Amino acid sequence: MGALSHYLEEEGLATTQISLIREHTEITRPPRALWVPFELGRPFGIPNNRDFQAKVLLQVLSLLEAEKGPVLLDFPEDAPLSDMQPLPFVCPISFGNAAEDLNATDRMLNAFKDEVSQIRSWYDLSLQKTGRTTAGISGLSLEEIAGFFAAFINGERKSPALERTLATALRMAAEDLKACYFEALAIQTGDTGDSSAMADWFWGKTVAAQIIAALRIACLAIPENDFQLLGKLLLVPRTKLHLFKPAGA
Amino acid sequence: MARLDRMPEDERKHLLALPCPSFTTAPWVSGPGLSQRKIALITTAGLHRRDDRPFGVGAADYRIIPADIPANDLVMSHISTNFDRTGFQQDLNVVFPLDRLREFVAGKIIGSMSEFHYSFMGATDPVQMEAATRDLARIMKAEQVDSVLLVPV
Repeated sequence: MGALSHYLEEEGLATTQISLIREHTEITRPPRALWVPFELGRPFGIPNNRDFQAKVLLQVLSLLEAEKGPVLLDFPEDAPLSDMQPLPFVCPISFGNAAEDLNATDRMLNAFKDEVSQIRSWYDLSLQKTGRTTAGISGLSLEEIAGFFAAFINGERKSPALERTLATALRMAAEDLKACYFEALAIQTGDTGDSSAMADWFWGKTVAAQIIAALRIACLAIPENDFQLLGKLLLVPRTKLHLFKPAGA
Repeated sequence: MARLDRMPEDERKHLLALPCPSFTTAPWVSGPGLSQRKIALITTAGLHRRDDRPFGVGAADYRIIPADIPANDLVMSHISTNFDRTGFQQDLNVVFPLDRLREFVAGKIIGSMSEFHYSFMGATDPVQMEAATRDLARIMKAEQVDSVLLVPV
């Protein structure tokens, strides 16, 4: 981000910026930057808090009136804490309800289908109430994503969209799946301030997370670079990989 | 949190090891008071209109976001899975504060906001974005933008 400030300023535009990682900004030394102590992904602190966002915005814009630089100022407040209660969400689905003659993969896929069916109701309610969804980059519905992932785990190697490679389609569908789940969760719990609780719920409690972890393993078994990249970096967050280590690893 | 001292050790090491360009120059453009500025937003969150091209691995180009874009038309195709998206899913202003900027114009805190704003995908080395950024500067200046707020994710 700091590099873009240099290029724009050299072209005659004044710049100011948010800094999320102070150590990087100290190296790039952009003309004006406000370091904020918020988590990655939330440069203005917290959703649905107009006053707090405005406070951050005013401070970063005010740097445009600094007389000289480079200037790197620290925002003095942490983001407000969430009032989020322990999540009461309908998930997880029990694998144990499936027929005994199914293998572990089929039981997982059946549980995923059931879970998606539950999520669908809450996701639709979210869309109706907020008029907005961030899902959709894959072009697939929730149920189509579930079918696509089940086919991939069962060995099919075909992109559901002509204009996208299989690896790209998998990445985008995984992001859409998570968006549907998180939007469904937010509408059910009514408080979205605590991102770590939401991430812990998804990666620790849902069948969808186990499906994404299974996709990751399948990708790592394919030697092409785009699947290796997907498996190593782009499906499961680094901080959640430990949840999916095979027994004894 | 984006305070490295609150991150797990492995995550802290990873972030500190990311390539980060340094510069020997210190460009500085002065201007009028905030209430007379025309401001554009640039994000590296990989945002774009719903029917625009998603960002892919290595993308160094940008997408145009009209200031009056409906909230439901703004989506994110950043390739990284290592930052929070739940904030953006609930309120685009936590990433891309279009509504807050609009309120600042109404309150005469800033002079005006650009009709168009822009998005890159921050997983790409920013040095690869230099040509597109300099092109963008010329476009913004032609639209009388004098100041840019850059927002990472």
